[in-house]
Amino acid sequence: MNAVLPLAKANGSDCAPVLKERGQREVFCGLTGIVWLHRKMQDAFFLVVGSRTCAHLLQSAAGVMIFAEPRFATAIMEERDLAGLADANEELDRIVDQLLARRPEIKSLFLVGSCPSEVIKLDLSKAAQRLGAKHAPRVRVLNYSGSGIETTFTEGEDACLASLVPVMPELSADAPANLIIVGSLPDIVEDQFMRLFADLGIDNVASLPERAVADLPGVGPNTRFLLAQPFLGDTAQCLKERGAQRLDGLFPFGIQGTTSWLQAAADEFGVDQDHFDAVLAPYQQRAAKAIAHQRERLEGKSIFFMPDSQLEIPLARFLANELGMVLTEVGTPYLHRTHLTQELAALPAGVQLSEGQDVDKQLDRVRAAQPDLTVCGLGLANPLESEGLSTKWAIELVFSPIHGFDQAGDLAELFARPLRRRDVLRV
Amino acid sequence: MQLSVWTYEGPPHVGAMRVATAMEGIHYLLHSPQGDTYADLLFTMIERRNKRPPVTYTTFQARDLGKDTSELFQTAALDVVERFAPDAMLVGASCTAELIQDDPAGLIEKMGLPIPVIPLELPSYQRKEHWGAAETFYQIVRTLSDKNRRPSDRHGRRPLVNLLGPTALGFRHRDDIIEISGLLGKMGIDVNVTAPLGACAADIAKLGEADFNIVLYPETGDLAADYLKREFGQPAVRTVPIGVGATKDFVREVAELAGVDPEPMLKEGLSRLSWWSRSIDSNYLTGKRVFIFGDGTHAVAAARVASEELGFKVVGLGCYNREYARDVRAAAKLYGVEPLITDDHLAVEKAIEDAQVELVLGTQMERHIAKRFGIGCAVISSPVHVQDFPARYSPHMGFEGANVIFDEWVHPLVMGLEEHLLTMFRDDFEFNDHAGASHLGPGHSAPVKEEVPAAPANDTEAVWSEDAQRELKKIPFFVRGKAKRNTETFASEQGVATIELATLYEAKAHYAR
Ligand code: SF4
Ligand code: SF4
Repeated sequence: MNAVLPLAKANGSDCAPVLKERGQREVFCGLTGIVWLHRKMQDAFFLVVGSRTCAHLLQSAAGVMIFAEPRFATAIMEERDLAGLADANEELDRIVDQLLARRPEIKSLFLVGSCPSEVIKLDLSKAAQRLGAKHAPRVRVLNYSGSGIETTFTEGEDACLASLVPVMPELSADAPANLIIVGSLPDIVEDQFMRLFADLGIDNVASLPERAVADLPGVGPNTRFLLAQPFLGDTAQCLKERGAQRLDGLFPFGIQGTTSWLQAAADEFGVDQDHFDAVLAPYQQRAAKAIAHQRERLEGKSIFFMPDSQLEIPLARFLANELGMVLTEVGTPYLHRTHLTQELAALPAGVQLSEGQDVDKQLDRVRAAQPDLTVCGLGLANPLESEGLSTKWAIELVFSPIHGFDQAGDLAELFARPLRRRDVLRV
Repeated sequence: MQLSVWTYEGPPHVGAMRVATAMEGIHYLLHSPQGDTYADLLFTMIERRNKRPPVTYTTFQARDLGKDTSELFQTAALDVVERFAPDAMLVGASCTAELIQDDPAGLIEKMGLPIPVIPLELPSYQRKEHWGAAETFYQIVRTLSDKNRRPSDRHGRRPLVNLLGPTALGFRHRDDIIEISGLLGKMGIDVNVTAPLGACAADIAKLGEADFNIVLYPETGDLAADYLKREFGQPAVRTVPIGVGATKDFVREVAELAGVDPEPMLKEGLSRLSWWSRSIDSNYLTGKRVFIFGDGTHAVAAARVASEELGFKVVGLGCYNREYARDVRAAAKLYGVEPLITDDHLAVEKAIEDAQVELVLGTQMERHIAKRFGIGCAVISSPVHVQDFPARYSPHMGFEGANVIFDEWVHPLVMGLEEHLLTMFRDDFEFNDHAGASHLGPGHSAPVKEEVPAAPANDTEAVWSEDAQRELKKIPFFVRGKAKRNTETFASEQGVATIELATLYEAKAHYAR
């Protein structure tokens, strides 16, 4: 993961000071990604092998939406599993049988590791092989870890997508070039991007993940991919190992980011620049109009990012460059410099970045900075509000459609709303 | 292993958090990985607390394992003392830390911290949230209560009691204790300490000064009350004052222990529920089929109110916490139903579906189940969601609590007249049963499933004539399934091959309650 950083071309401001912190964190673990991944991949089921805590986390993060039985569950380990009274593997097989009997429509099953399963060294990749053989061809069984000792929040999606890469079909060296959008996007956003690529004249575009795991795109030496999310380091690495090449651009947030992201593909696929500009122009104008509504509210306002989803740096870049916000501290749980080279270069000079967390010390800094807006997790938002600090829950940024031109205005609005509310209330 | 989609209870350390968060000046150091910090949001979001729970998570990572997790723990302990200066510190392990066996209790003892430290042993793979809360509260009481305090001379002072059990994230705890403290005040009784909710270390120290204890929430207060009985000889009142009848029993029991006259508190009209329930508008409530599920204490209490005070018919009763299964079994016998002791919400869903109910009294989970079936529902027990922490005063205990219960339980039902009109004008395009109860708003449509099959499922079953089938559709949806099954059973018992209009009505007469 810790690749050496190639220096940025632009103003070199990615040498901005980075405060590295190691202390108590206040972030979700990677299991949380299941909340949106299970909606995206409609033929997949996520079975966490964990404790009651893991089950409770999922339920708390999902907000207990029981309108339909969700496509995830937890195999809760009990005393007898640990005391060796029951063979954990046999128990797991029994649970999986039970599950597949109840949900015959499931085509792919992810066994998701947790802290407890890792600490007791329950080998889920072996279990996945065994169960995969048993339930083939009806069900494909995969595994990854979403544990809190290994993954922070969005890294769970990274681990999940990385587990899909080895089962993507092989494309040969003479296969036509194809493009893969990597990262789970809301369907509406994915469709918008597909239309844009078609207009640009790039076909043969697929997504990882697709809406069904069964439709995984092929990968080979002529495969190029764009990361739609900044937190997909391992997935990118796995794709590279299969011969694919990453196209480097800003992440597709705001006009600047989306343009740069599409440009990376256009350059690679030889799209004529005039055509590119002509296709994008109406989108850019529309987005500019939408953003302008929010700009007057956000311009000059200061913002503090607590580390949460790894989206912080691209979002900070958008807010600073397109909405005129003032960045105080931009925290990220993990700074993936290789993928963020351009992002870091596009940040205003001298921004304070921080990586990792010591939550109490960081809260001291929030209080000292008195930002107009603090982006933070659900556990911190109300306490900060009660201290008079406006907040934006970070998790909403992961659950809402925020990528691309047509969401740029909505994205800005997510940040403007808490401020508007503060101005409106007279209580 | 146990396959679980939604859980009624979190792990035991979440119970400990409910106690720590309820109190003042108590800090909880939890040895745990980062993801376990999700639990903060239960308090800050669901209960809208304006402070972070007083919990420090050590948040060890994979790279710390085997090396310095214990050092991490000790550093965190020093940080807690320095930053928060608590009056006492709870220390414990979450499920993962339990497996790495760092022994928080031993580590902390070696450190010789300047404040009282209470090590918690909460076996995550055996126990759950309520037990964790009860055990934590008990350990706090055991450690922090001053063993030399005793009640002062009884003469010339009002009797003094402790209210035990309310925690953070509890269902209506905030308002119940106001209601009950007020009721006791009117009886001439003072509250010495309410704990854990709102108590600090000094309050716990003086628990021994009360004449007796009142356990409002046995799930979280029982263990501490048992200890106080052993240590200080304090008797405990365990009648939970939910509903008019139970509140009156409670008043009698308390009065007896306090040596005061219960009569002023027993007179008619202290709760409006009694008259509201007897007023003729409430006639239609008679025999409404109600399914009750929650924690053992609230479920049993609700069953009594439903049956004796609203005239409902209890058709299902259960709890998710085995620790209180005995009480639920006893109550179930009283109402002639099969007790449902399970923490599998799918089993609860099945039971609700089978019981053909008109009202569900349950937890957050049953609310969702009821919503899916289009049945009215009121919440009576934790686990609960953000809307169960209302801004207005809404206790469930005491006489005012009974008023609140009347409103909350009757409101989701189809109203008396509305019910008649539904039956009379079934074909009105917007006033029909698929539209659901008018006051439930648009999202709440009745289930459209269970249509009458034209052909029998197998050849031993009777066939429905067209007339009978049409008539069946005119029966309100919430009893239609039952009418259908009864008629079919009746038909097969009578050896009737085709169900005619008459068969339907004969069956109706046969099964008339
Ligand atoms: S959002 Fe509404 S429906 Fe969903 S869990 Fe929360 S309260 Fe229930
Ligand atoms: S941090 Fe570990 S134990 Fe806690 S919920 Fe996440 S995977 Fe489960």
